[in-house]
Amino acid sequence: MNIVVCIKQTPDPEHFSKITIDPTRGTIQREGIPSVINPLDRHALEEGLRLREKFSGKVTAISMGPPQAREVLELALAMGVDEAILLCDKAFAGADTLATAYPLAGAIKKCGTIDLVICGNMSVDGATGQVGPQLAELLDIPHITFVSNVEFRGRRSLVVKRELEYGYLKTEVELPVLLCVVKSINEYRLPTVIGIMEAMRKEIKTWAACDIEATSETIGLAGSPTVVTNIYERKVERKREILKGTPEEMARQTAAKLHELGVL
Amino acid sequence: MSNEVWVWAEQRNGQLMGVSLEILNTGSQLAQKLGREVVAVLIGYQISGLAAELVAYGANKVYTIDKPELSLYQSDVYAKILADLVQKDEPTILLLGATNVGMDLAPRVAAKLKTGLTAHCADLRIDDVGGKPLLVADVPGFGGNMVVSIACPERRPQMATVRPGVMERPSKESTRKGAIIPVEIEIRDKDFRARTVEIVEQKPEGAPLEAAEIVVAGGWGLKSVGGFKFIEELASVLGGSVAGTRPAVDANWVTEDRMIGSSGKTVAPKLFISVGASGATHFTTGFLKSKTILAVDQNPKAPIFEVCDIGICGDVAKVVPCLIGEIKKIKAG
Repeated sequence: MNIVVCIKQTPDPEHFSKITIDPTRGTIQREGIPSVINPLDRHALEEGLRLREKFSGKVTAISMGPPQAREVLELALAMGVDEAILLCDKAFAGADTLATAYPLAGAIKKCGTIDLVICGNMSVDGATGQVGPQLAELLDIPHITFVSNVEFRGRRSLVVKRELEYGYLKTEVELPVLLCVVKSINEYRLPTVIGIMEAMRKEIKTWAACDIEATSETIGLAGSPTVVTNIYERKVERKREILKGTPEEMARQTAAKLHELGVL
Repeated sequence: MSNEVWVWAEQRNGQLMGVSLEILNTGSQLAQKLGREVVAVLIGYQISGLAAELVAYGANKVYTIDKPELSLYQSDVYAKILADLVQKDEPTILLLGATNVGMDLAPRVAAKLKTGLTAHCADLRIDDVGGKPLLVADVPGFGGNMVVSIACPERRPQMATVRPGVMERPSKESTRKGAIIPVEIEIRDKDFRARTVEIVEQKPEGAPLEAAEIVVAGGWGLKSVGGFKFIEELASVLGGSVAGTRPAVDANWVTEDRMIGSSGKTVAPKLFISVGASGATHFTTGFLKSKTILAVDQNPKAPIFEVCDIGICGDVAKVVPCLIGEIKKIKAG
């Protein structure tokens, strides 16, 4: 079974509140903010590795990002994937989700016949959850999001549980398919020391736009149908009336105010 | 080229999803600004009653695609139907509710149409961008710390998804008139590559959070009183719903479906009360549109006091019981 897992590096969510805007350029300041692998991508990698254990085959991890994104591919190799590819090119920068899906599709097509593509359901930074389904459309394969369980009936037939807000949908599909997984699908393994050492011997392939025959109208800023017209730090306009006194006094004042507002 | 404002209306088990009404309202307002009609597209089985409801809620036109095979969400076929209809009619805007289904469908349709899609918008408006009236969406980023405004200048339709509870619902007027237009489509068995065979619904206990007029949310600060007893009592005396932060969910004081924030629910009730939560942006982003925000916390420097209308700094163990008592007095007298 030929499996591709798409992964991404994001700023560490624990440090989101430290991200600021450069007032002169209107761009996001990410310097000094540590990066991590998108948390759900660990579950995606884990699912790929488990299926390789069950069916034998190959797991390839692909990431589109700046040179620093090698770190997440190193982690993927240390977890046990067979190959790692970094899509890195200035031409890819400034991409929205569609312009991200295009290079990923180009890279996957270059990997030969793929049976299964696995992604995390969404990333913690953009949190759109759009790249997976868009990638599936470009690969012309079906996709299923919010996947919390995968059950194989034979080698090519799956029954997939996709989460709803309250409950789930049971969906049947045949390979090839793209699955976007949620946290509850599995518990991911941590890299072992041996895994890390073996990973250091594996090479991370780096592909640029020319390697995957990407056309300039489909990638980067030029290939992005959406544009950012403004970025600002959230300002909240609120009364901020901080009460004073004993708990009893403050409670009385509050109840009176709520009564005035008509919420009681 | 109709240049209409379109809304994909989601139905599940014979009922319209609340968010579909909310985006219909937004769609109506956008359509009015553009001098166009607002149109709903409804896919399912035995949905004519729901189509009539959409008209009552403000749709000028409803396209219905009614087939037994489409009763449950079928991603390949729904995406194909929606994309085909859009290509024929060329609306300028297409909105979808960001339910688990909407989030599955919207990006696929956007990729088919090679157009731009903005996810989970907090605000949608028509702005003049470079001389053109464009749909501009405000999106919270990085856990809510940033707001990014996004537009789709060239490609059409301009697509956006909106989470439940963010926009207001329209009023229902049975006197409203609108055209309900059944659309005949041809679907073959092989069009269903991923086939949904069953829906299993597990109804949550209590009323859905997004519909609550009053929400009382508790955070880690409740540890000092051993849990959510005060939160539940306060919610009960106010007739409100209970919610919590991520740490409260992890402590098992409240279930995950009651979690507020960027990875949980967004609510905009008349009154939101935060108790014992310091106010991290990924929490507060989930209730910033509430009409009135009351915050109770023992730390005077807690960021929650930056985003409240009324702030009580004090010991939760003392303040909340007093508040419950005072509210009871007012309600009795």
